[in-house]
This record gives sequence, C-alpha cells and structure tokens, in this order.
Amino acid sequence: MTDYLDGNAAAGALSEVFAVDVTAAIARCDGCGQTGVFADTRLYLNAPGMVARCPGCDHVLLRVVTTPTETYVDLRGLTYLRLPTS
Amino acid sequence: MERTAVRRRLSWQVATVAEVRRETATASTIVLDVPDWPGHLAGQHLDVRLTADDGYRASRSYSIASAWTGTSSTIELTVEQVPDGEVSPYLVGVLKPGDPLELRGPVGGWFVWKPEQEGPVQLIGGGSGIVPLRAMLQAHTASTTPVRLLYSVRRPESVIYVDDLKHLASADNVHVSLVYTREAPPGEPRVGRIDAEVIDRLAFKPTDDPTTYVCGPTPFVETVADLLVAAGHNPDRIRTERFGPTGG
Repeated sequence: MTDYLDGNAAAGALSEVFAVDVTAAIARCDGCGQTGVFADTRLYLNAPGMVARCPGCDHVLLRVVTTPTETYVDLRGLTYLRLPTS
Repeated sequence: MERTAVRRRLSWQVATVAEVRRETATASTIVLDVPDWPGHLAGQHLDVRLTADDGYRASRSYSIASAWTGTSSTIELTVEQVPDGEVSPYLVGVLKPGDPLELRGPVGGWFVWKPEQEGPVQLIGGGSGIVPLRAMLQAHTASTTPVRLLYSVRRPESVIYVDDLKHLASADNVHVSLVYTREAPPGEPRVGRIDAEVIDRLAFKPTDDPTTYVCGPTPFVETVADLLVAAGHNPDRIRTERFGPTGG
C-alpha cells in the first residue's frame, strides 16, 4: 500500500508546537534503532490526527492529534530527535 | 531570511486571492496576497485550511510554486484537482480573486534548495510534483549552478508551466527533459516511465555529486529513489517529497 505521505507534510502541524523545524531533524526509531531525517518517515493522515511511522520497521514514531482546544503530541516511538544547534 | 522562514512557531493567517490561472484541465495556479509574508525558501510548503458553515475543517499541505523575490507579499500555489477530494476541487474550481484563504506557513526545512548550496542540482518531478521544483528553478535564475530537470507527465497537455519551463530552459546552465508516460508529442518516439536507461541518459552522474530532489506521488518517488540508488547515487544526497491520495 502507498496510502502514506512523508514527514514533510507534518511540518505545518508540528510548527504549531515546536519553534524549530522538526522535519529536517534526525530521528531515531525506538523500535529498530534506524536513524534518518524525519522528512523521510511515512506519514499517515487517514487516522484521527497524523501518525508518523518508521520507514524501516513501521513502528509508530510520533502522533499529533488536534482537538478544537488542544493538541496532543505523542513522541513515544522516538528515542531522540537530533537538531542542529544554532 | 532562513531564520525567519523556518525558526518560529506558526499560526493560521488569512490571505487574499489575487488571481487564479488555469494551467491544465485539472490544475490551477492561485496567486495569493499574504500580508507580512516573512519570505520562504524554494521547496517549502504551506497548509491551507477550509472551514465549512457548520465548523467542519479540512486542511491540506501544498508546495509553494514561486520563489520569494525578497520584497513581494505575493506567493503562488499550484493545485491539482483530486477527484472527489475535500479541498482541491474548491481551490481549483470555486476560488476566485478577492476571496479569503486561510493558510499556515511557510513550513518544511528539508526539501529546500538554497542558491548558496554547492554542487549541481538534479530535479525529478512526476505530475504536479513539478510544483516545488519550479520554485527552485525560479530561485535559481541568478545562479550559475548547473541544473537538470527530469519531468514525467502523462501527455503533452498535462505539462504544468509550459511557457515558464521553456523560458527557464533557455538558460545555458538549465537543462529540461520531459518524459511522457501515456502519449508523447509528434517527434518524441519514447513513451514510458522513468527507468534506469532514462536516469543514465538524462540525469547527472553520481560522479557529478549532485543534490537530487524528487517530488511526486508516493510510488513515483519511491521508484525513482530506488533507481537513483541502484545507479550509484549517494542516498544521503537524495531528498524526497511525496504526495498522494489523502483526501485531496
């Protein structure tokens, strides 16, 4: 199936939460240990909110769900995000 | 400029439609006037949000089709209508000059090209995947960096930015090649998808050390990225952006 986009399409939703661009960060999957740029993750939008999965093992890396009043950010599948220090 | 374009928290703002330009039977370019636009990098995108009378909201991510000139508050989006989509039929078929449009952006710091970047640039687009690549070509007009564009379309009528691409391709350091997958114009014998032979014949070689940008539907992007890696290109130098059937 190719019913997914990629992490680039999460940039807007993440920009409401984070002051830095997360899509260009290096992410490490807590499931298989693969590291790669967040933009290369598989992004599923056919769920409540958005779900980013590891392109290597399909493990859920991140979920963002926005309600009319709040945004939930679930980062449990990421061991870390590596961002350039400015 | 990069700092303003990338490093800030964003919220929704209202733009005004200045012009709607038909590109093909199914795609239109929407020129938007955005007050206080902070500028953007070629390849960045933005989110568009529509709100129905009952409060139901739908948002979609669209690549910015134009380069930022440094002064203008005008940006362009090119939208391909997705049959039965929730957002694109409104943008392509209903929106008219003077209408307000809610947007959030610019966003995305990965699929971007900056004129100061070193090395040749290989652009590979499938269908409306040409949109962010066109912004890169516009941003490139003052640069001496060699650029090649490989643009896969179904048929001649599917080409977006026909005149613009002809103009951009007239520069010495810009090379544009079209690949037709269903029907080719007279004089073009080849009909078929991008394959290893096309990559070998028309793209920069791995030894040229290009930065490659691939944008298109998810299967297109994954096929092309695999072909590039099989041809010896460094995966770390390939940047991809996928779009696809997500409700359009």
